[in-house]
Amino acid sequence: MLKQQSLIDFTLHHADNTLILAQRNAEWCGHGPILEQDIAITNISLDLLGQARNFYQYAAQLLNEGETGGDTVTEDTLAYHRTEREFKNCLLVEQPNGDWGQTILRQFLFSTYQYLLYTALQKSNDEQLVAIAAKGLKETTYHRRWSSEWVIRLGDGTEESRERMLHAIEELWMYSGELFMPAEYEISAAEKGFGVDVSSLKNEWMQKVNAVFEEATLPVPEKTFFQKGGKEGKHTEHLGYILTELQYMQKTYPGAEW
Amino acid sequence: MPSITTEDLFQQKIDSEIKIEPKDWMPEAYRKTNVRQISQHAHSEIVGMLPEGNWISRAPSLKRKAILLAKVQDEAGHGLYLYCAAETLGMSREEMINDLHSGKAKYSSIFNYPTLTWADMGAIGWLVDGAAILNQVMLCRTSYGPYARAMVRICKEESFHQRQGFESLLILSRGTPEQKAMCQDAINRWWWPSLMMFGPKDSESTNSDQSMKWKIKRKTNDELRQNFVDMCVEQIKILGMKLPDPSLKWNEKTGHYDFGEIDWNEFWNVVKGNGPCNKQRLDARKKAWNEGEWVRKAAAAYAEKKTGKQKAA
Amino acid sequence: MNFIRKYYYGDIPEDKAGEMSEASKELTKTDWPLWEIFIRSKQGLDHKHAGSLHAADAQMAIENARDVYTRRMEGVSIWVVESRYIHASNPEEAGSLYEPANDKVYRHPTFYDLPDEVNHM
Repeated sequence: MLKQQSLIDFTLHHADNTLILAQRNAEWCGHGPILEQDIAITNISLDLLGQARNFYQYAAQLLNEGETGGDTVTEDTLAYHRTEREFKNCLLVEQPNGDWGQTILRQFLFSTYQYLLYTALQKSNDEQLVAIAAKGLKETTYHRRWSSEWVIRLGDGTEESRERMLHAIEELWMYSGELFMPAEYEISAAEKGFGVDVSSLKNEWMQKVNAVFEEATLPVPEKTFFQKGGKEGKHTEHLGYILTELQYMQKTYPGAEW
Repeated sequence: MPSITTEDLFQQKIDSEIKIEPKDWMPEAYRKTNVRQISQHAHSEIVGMLPEGNWISRAPSLKRKAILLAKVQDEAGHGLYLYCAAETLGMSREEMINDLHSGKAKYSSIFNYPTLTWADMGAIGWLVDGAAILNQVMLCRTSYGPYARAMVRICKEESFHQRQGFESLLILSRGTPEQKAMCQDAINRWWWPSLMMFGPKDSESTNSDQSMKWKIKRKTNDELRQNFVDMCVEQIKILGMKLPDPSLKWNEKTGHYDFGEIDWNEFWNVVKGNGPCNKQRLDARKKAWNEGEWVRKAAAAYAEKKTGKQKAA
Repeated sequence: MNFIRKYYYGDIPEDKAGEMSEASKELTKTDWPLWEIFIRSKQGLDHKHAGSLHAADAQMAIENARDVYTRRMEGVSIWVVESRYIHASNPEEAGSLYEPANDKVYRHPTFYDLPDEVNHM
C-alpha cells in the first residue's frame, strides 16, 4: 500500500471513529439523567467532535496535495459526502446509546483504547498526527477517568444498576475486539512508522478493563466471538441511519454554504 | 414617633439598592415570587434546550454542529445556575422539577413552537435569545443577590448566542434562493412569538406592581418589547429580509417604531398548554428525568457505600 | 385581572394559567447533595465562590465543577465543599461583627500621612 493512501485511510479511520461517537453522545444533549451529567456527556461529545475535525482537516490536506483543483476536499466533504461503505469507524462507536449504562460502558471501552492509542501516537513519525494525538490525549485522559468512575458507580451501585451494566456488557463486549484487529491500512501505518500496531495495545487495555471491572464487581466476559468489519466499511445496520441524519442537509442542498 | 416595621426596613434596603441575601429577613411573598420566577426561568432554559437540540444531529457542517452543541450545553449550564439560585430560598431542585412535570410550574411559551428548518436555529438565536437578553440584562440588577449573580454569569455567556444566531442568518441571507427563502420563513414564524415573550401589555396591569416595587423586575413589559422592536427593525436591514408586520412604521413623536397588534388569543392558548409542542416538550423532560432515576439512585447508593467504608476503616 | 399583573418573563402565574396540572408525584428523594464550588481563576489568586451544583460524591463534584464552571477556561484549581458543612454568620449580628472595625482607621494605610517624596509605600 502506498504511504499516502494508508496515511489517508488511517487518518480517516480515526476521524470517523471520533465523529460517530460524538454524534451518538450528542443525542444525550437535553436528555441526560441529571443536569450536571447532561453537561458532562456533551463536553465529551464536543471534545470528540473537535478531534474528528482535526483528523478530517488533515485528511483533506493530504487529499488536496498534488491535486491541481486547489482545496476541493474539506472536512465537510469528507464527513458529509462519503457513503456507509466508505466510513471506516469501528463498530463499537456506532452502537445505539441504549440506557446511560450502555453509553457509559461504550465510552469506557473506547476511551481506554483511545488513551493507549494517543499515547503510542506520540512516537509517530508524522508530526501532524503527533500534534493531533497530543491534544486529544489530554481530553481522553479525562474521558477515561470519568467513564471508569461511572462504570464503578453503576456496577457497584444498586441491584438495578448492576443488572443494567451486565446487560450493557452483553450488548457491547462483542464489538470491543475489533479495536485491536488491525485493518490493512493500520498494518501499513505501523510498518511505515506513523501509525500504531493496535494489536499490541490489547494487553494494557485488558489490564485497565480488568481493574475497573473488578472494582465495579462486574465479571469480564470470557471466550467471546468478536464482530469486526467497520474499519473496512462493513458496518452494522445502525450506521446508515446515523449518516442519513448527519448528512441530510448537505445532501438536500448540495453546494450550499452554511 | 411612627413605628418602623421589619417590612419597612426591608423596603428601605431595596430602595437604596442593597441586595437581599439568602439569610436576610424577607417578606414571605418576596420569597415566593422569587422562587417562582427563578425556577420558571430555570425551567425555560432546560426546556429551551429541546427545540434547538432537535437540530444537533442534522447540523449542516461540522463547525455548525460544534457551535450548536456548545450553545445548547450553555443553556443547560444556565438552567443549573438558576436552579441553584432558587435553592438558596429553600426549595430543592427535585421539588422544582416535580412542579414542572406536574404542570404546576411554567416555562417560557416560546419553546412550545417547533423548529422546522435549520434556519430556525439562526432565528432563535437572533430573536428569541435577543428578547431574552433584554430581560436578562435587566435582571442582572434584580434585588435578590443569588439571582442577580446568576444572571451576570448568564449574560456573559449569552451575549455570544445572539451574535452567533444573527451570523448564521446572515450566511443564509447571502446564500442560494432556497437558503434565502428558508431564512425569511423562519423569521416569519418566530417574530410574533418573540414579541409575546415579553408578556401582556402594561395597560392590562395595575400601577402598584409589587415586583417593580421590590425591584425584582425593573422595566415594564412594554418598555422591553419596544426596545426589542426598535433593535430588530434596524438589524433586519442588514439581513435584507422583512419583518412580517405591515404596521411597522417609524413614529416621529415617540421616537420609536409602531408595530401591529399581537394575537393575544394565541398567546393565552399556548400558555394554557395548547401550543404546537407543549405536550412533546414536557413529555421529553419527564422521560429524561424518569429514565435517569436509576442512575441518580445508583450514584447515591455508591457514594453512601463508599463513605460507610471510609468510616469503618 | 390579578394574574395578568404578575405575568413576566420567567414569572408566569401558577394558578389559572395552566390546564395541564396533574397530581404532583411523590418525591423520590434521590436528589444528590448540594456542593459549593470555589475556583482559582489563575495561579496566585484566591479561590473564589463560583456557584453551586449537585453531585453524589466529592470526586463527582470536582468533575461536575470542571464541566459546569470552567467551560471557558475560567479556572486552574477547584475546591468543593458540601453545602451543609458551611456555617454562616447571622445577618442580624452583622452590626456586632463588623461595625467595631469601622472606627479603627489606623488599620488602613491611608491613615498615615507621609511626605510625597516617599513614593510607593
